[in-house]
Amino acid sequence: MANSEKLSVTMRQTQLGRVKGLGAARSGVHHWWAERVTSVALIPLTLWFVFSVLGLAGHPQVDIAHWIGHPLVAALLVALILASFYHTMLGLQVVIEDYVHLEMPRIVATLVMKAAVYLLGLLALLAVVKLAI
Amino acid sequence: MADVRDALMIGKRSDGTLVQRPLSPHLQVYKPQVSSGTSILNRITGIAISVGLILMVWWLVAAASGPKAFASAQGFVGSWFGLILMFGWTFALWYHFCNGIRHLAWDAGYGYEIKTSHRTALIVVVATVVLSVISWIVGLAVWL
Repeated sequence: MANSEKLSVTMRQTQLGRVKGLGAARSGVHHWWAERVTSVALIPLTLWFVFSVLGLAGHPQVDIAHWIGHPLVAALLVALILASFYHTMLGLQVVIEDYVHLEMPRIVATLVMKAAVYLLGLLALLAVVKLAI
Repeated sequence: MADVRDALMIGKRSDGTLVQRPLSPHLQVYKPQVSSGTSILNRITGIAISVGLILMVWWLVAAASGPKAFASAQGFVGSWFGLILMFGWTFALWYHFCNGIRHLAWDAGYGYEIKTSHRTALIVVVATVVLSVISWIVGLAVWL
């Protein structure tokens, strides 16, 4: 590199940050690991959910309410909702980070996406809780 | 610097000194491959499933709201537009499901050989079709 002086970038990281070895996101490993953990949890949960719901295709609301009324079903549904919405949030965050390059639009898009995922997740959870108790 | 694009290839080492790093190839000049194709499809299906989750929330909220609300949600799913959405959604879900398992195997250190990864890609596609068809047979058999 001929002219490294001209290419120098302002170091925004503190000495402590460098020693800790964390990148700009400060939580990359956790994000990566949480995505894997939720995906493993979703393997059995997805199989169970999809085929249970297909088995209820066309059934009236009473049957659905009765099905969710069982504590085991309600517990599995809550687990499915937590794992799937968390996994979705992590995945969509990476998509936004990959394609939205400017900082402000990226922060806004991420916050809007997370707000939507949280609200939809809470709605789903409360619906299950209401039917379960 | 051989090329003006080299200016984009400047990275920093952990001690702050500059280093010239290779740049990812751009999609426009990159030959489509099985690996890149299955990878982008994984992302597209992931986004599709995220949108499909809205339908799941509607279904649950409608069930919690009562028979009337549930009937209208059910009516939408049973309409031709709803059925097209459900077909796309189950297909996307099973693709992401199967390819996700393929990704987990990679994360554990298995399946990196090009031959192996091409074979697992084929397995993923076949399994996706099989699971989708089974889902539809079960769903329609219960529904009709």
